[in-house]
Amino acid sequence: MTYTIKTAQNEWEIVCGLEIHCQIISKSKIFSGASTEFGDDANENVSFIDAGMPGMLPVLNKECVRQAVKTGLGLNAQINKYSVFSRKNYFYADQPNGYQITQYEYPIVGKGKVKIELSDGSSKEIGITRLHIEQDAAKSIHDLNPKKSYIDFNRAGVGLMEIVTEPDFRAPEEAGAFLKKLRSIVRYLGTCDGNMDEGSMRCDASISVRLKGEQGMRERAEIKNVNSVKFAMQAIENEAKRQIEIYEQGSTIEQQTRQFDQTTGQTKFLRLKEYADDYRYFPEPDLPPLYLTDDYIEDVKKEMVELPDAKKERFIKDFGLTAYDADILTESRQTADFFEKAAKGHDGKKVANWILGDLFANLNANKLTLEQSPITPEMIGELVDLIETNVISGKIAKDVFVYMWENPKMPSQIVEEKGLKQVTDTGAIETVIDSVLAANPDNIAAYKGGKTNLFGFFVGQVMKASKGAANPQIVNEILKKKLG
Amino acid sequence: MAIDNQTVKRVASLAHLKIEDDKLDATKEEFNKILNWVEQLNEVDTSNVEPMFCVNGGEVPEREDEVTDGNIKEAVLKNAPMQEFGYFAVPKVVE
Amino acid sequence: MTELTQLTISQSLKGLKNKDFTATELTNAYLKKMESGRKYNAYVLEMPDVALKAALQADTHYANGTERALEGIPLGIKDLFCTKDIRSTACSHILDGFVPQYESTVTQNLLEQGAVFLGKLNMDEFAMGGSNETSYFKPAVNPYSTEKPLVPGGSSGGSAAAVAADMCAGATGTDTGGSIRQPAAFCGIVGIKPTYGRCSRWGIMAFASSLDQAGPMTKDVRDAALMLKIMAGYDKKDSTSAKVDVPDFEKVLGQDIKGLKIGLPAEYRPDGLNAEIEAYWDKAAEMLKSRGAEIVPISLPHTKYALPVYYIIAPAEASSNLARYDGIRYGLRVNGEKLDDLYVNTRTEGFGAEVKRRIMIGTYVLSAGYYDAYYLKAQKVRRLIKNDFEEAFKKCDLILTPTSPVSAFEIGDKSMKENPINMYLNDVFTVSVNLAGLPAMSLPIGLDKKGLPLSMQLIGKAFDEETIFKAAYALEKDAGFKRK
Repeated sequence: MTYTIKTAQNEWEIVCGLEIHCQIISKSKIFSGASTEFGDDANENVSFIDAGMPGMLPVLNKECVRQAVKTGLGLNAQINKYSVFSRKNYFYADQPNGYQITQYEYPIVGKGKVKIELSDGSSKEIGITRLHIEQDAAKSIHDLNPKKSYIDFNRAGVGLMEIVTEPDFRAPEEAGAFLKKLRSIVRYLGTCDGNMDEGSMRCDASISVRLKGEQGMRERAEIKNVNSVKFAMQAIENEAKRQIEIYEQGSTIEQQTRQFDQTTGQTKFLRLKEYADDYRYFPEPDLPPLYLTDDYIEDVKKEMVELPDAKKERFIKDFGLTAYDADILTESRQTADFFEKAAKGHDGKKVANWILGDLFANLNANKLTLEQSPITPEMIGELVDLIETNVISGKIAKDVFVYMWENPKMPSQIVEEKGLKQVTDTGAIETVIDSVLAANPDNIAAYKGGKTNLFGFFVGQVMKASKGAANPQIVNEILKKKLG
Repeated sequence: MAIDNQTVKRVASLAHLKIEDDKLDATKEEFNKILNWVEQLNEVDTSNVEPMFCVNGGEVPEREDEVTDGNIKEAVLKNAPMQEFGYFAVPKVVE
Repeated sequence: MTELTQLTISQSLKGLKNKDFTATELTNAYLKKMESGRKYNAYVLEMPDVALKAALQADTHYANGTERALEGIPLGIKDLFCTKDIRSTACSHILDGFVPQYESTVTQNLLEQGAVFLGKLNMDEFAMGGSNETSYFKPAVNPYSTEKPLVPGGSSGGSAAAVAADMCAGATGTDTGGSIRQPAAFCGIVGIKPTYGRCSRWGIMAFASSLDQAGPMTKDVRDAALMLKIMAGYDKKDSTSAKVDVPDFEKVLGQDIKGLKIGLPAEYRPDGLNAEIEAYWDKAAEMLKSRGAEIVPISLPHTKYALPVYYIIAPAEASSNLARYDGIRYGLRVNGEKLDDLYVNTRTEGFGAEVKRRIMIGTYVLSAGYYDAYYLKAQKVRRLIKNDFEEAFKKCDLILTPTSPVSAFEIGDKSMKENPINMYLNDVFTVSVNLAGLPAMSLPIGLDKKGLPLSMQLIGKAFDEETIFKAAYALEKDAGFKRK
């Protein structure tokens, strides 16, 4: 897709890369045995290591390594058999050791790529620069006391994966699509819960602009903590516009760090990139380098689940779904699983229509998630079958769906109880037709006189008289015969 | 590489240490003396040498993902110069 | 009968087992000696109550016949070790009143074998120094002092002074660049820095993580073997701790050293080496030779670069390790208006001059633009130093050198006060061993003209402390050094 920002003088292009921090799903922290549980009392899930006590040493949690490797494979990335932990030195109340243990020169995961789909039907590949593992910081609480800040170390030391992309984004929508795709991948893999609103997935965007056709990159601004897909798109657009305005006024941009303001949708200045950012990285002497074997990586590969892209391809191929439908159905593993269960042994395309149509509409209207749905995949599958085998008409099926929603039962049972079975007995239908025709001699005359569009009227009357149970096809055939 | 007072100040600021202005010159001189001394390393040809960051070799980590620590709030807070409501307390952080 | 405090650990154990005296009597004798020896300022914390309680327990164990390997042996503990419920300060103002809620692995190992802790021993602040003069508690004094007070060496000066003056049966020390061996040499006792990874660093306040090792400081070689066996061992809480078995070092004492190849490195005999030291060195080689050892000349060509390498790497690691001392979670807090002021005020007031000097140097060599020129360069030369030893050990089993180019000097020595490099030069024979991660022992060989101890160093292959012990035991016998 081509996206540019046009001004009176120029046409500008956005150059954007993302850095996403994903909290790793693990029971204990990356370098200590304290729990990663969220929401406990302050400083409850804190070991002496997490509090940066003198003489404490980190010990790497092997699950965090596995989760990172899994995610790396999910990003189609190079898994590095040799990686090194480094210290990033800076003072901050949330950083108990005065340094963060992270990976710098030798990350655990190298280059990868992720495909994104865009609204215009096109797709694009986004380059992954690297993924490395590191520890999360503590949390300061500023609103309990006007003069003091309070520090809670519960989050300190929770494992993080930092995923860095290439500056491949040229439109806010692309960044949005990428974040959604990434979220879907980590959720499929169970390596991060992907909840941006709770901060378990956090995004920084690095943005610059250039004239269309211009080579190279201009100075960029890094926008911190854009914590939803919507905000990320908003931040990119507004920051680009801000920069363009400055350039067009004849000024320049200095490399800087900015913060996204959720209330205004604008970015605001935080600090210039200067020596405060001299992090003095050096290899962490408390942790030996990390060596992974081919066997280890093969072993993790065996644990890999089918990811959204592969699932989507398969849904299109096996069930004849449109790319659009398959995309929605595979966004979350739960939806995909629900669909697959429902489609098993039934017409997948029709199953998809029911899920994406009536089911999603009802869930949305009632603010329910798929897990809370009163309607099971089996119900949908059977409903589709009932239509296929002419037991009920499509119209009756809509009613059956409403009954199922209110009073979850298998559709066959509802059809039975409510007597909704379609009448396919030609004799019985003929009787109904005869009585309808007998009651409408004028219309018969009119029809025969050339008003052939009255045919629909007769069908409607017959269906009404049969309470919708008559098979519409048979009704059509008999009526045609009778009306000549 | 001789360093100046500006560098001494910058390093002190990175290290979160204060050096009084009247001590800057003396600190700078001492600093330069030590740096000159360690710079004899430049005599050594290290063009094909791998740096030695770690004395013993690495391996695949072994720590199982189990909760074995934490729930020692009192011990963690025991030495805090100031604590309130189970938190460490500090003067307000102003961004 | 000799005074109880003059007994070695193994002699004391024999006496306790034979019920010649009780652990309480032994402890009381040491407590009395500590009182009369306060002029040496070896202890920064005396713990008579804790000690007597432990002694009483030891007596119960002896009564029940359940005594353990170090039951009732009164030890002094360097203040760098975190000891549970006992103030531990690294002899720094910044750790004012810090009472750890955990016990270091090494001291825990000693406690589990029934050791009695008498108190915490003086040292250079955060182990940075070679004379004990950087201690916030003022320097410990060498018991060999006559008119003017002499330094006990450093950083484990308090440990060396306490052992030499019979104020403990043995002590723990730590060695980053010579901090066990040099004070042991100055005070005429035995001290061994084990192979890096032999003793856990967990719970020992870190100075330079890739160099720090704990070790025993004792009255004789046998005691060092006995204590090291208990202090050492793999610790899953320290990722740099080595998974190797701990041999019974005592077993090799008295074994034949016939055929053992002893290397004498040419580079340790620079022009202007103190003649007395040189003479003792040759004498020690002669003693080993007369027992059938073979003396071989070796070369460690990069020796002269060991000190500059050390004075880049150690401060670099220290600058990061000491960043956690920020006044937030423990120790000294000097308030300021803003959080940054609190950090700066606390650290400026809390650290002494030498510590600040090293933090500054370390910060500088890691900072942007200088990392490659200093830190990376140093780590490369470090590799060459290690390679030197590997080459040398192809020709010999053990390396014999003097421990220090000087004997104990006066407290407040002018040349060293004026130029810190002069102080650093005292570590010239000891630092290489730390850089290469090798084990080395210092043991006294004789007295110089001033009546001060001179000592030899035995350097072994990695994890081959046994050969060191074997040779040291022989040398100790032949030298016949009499403790003061």
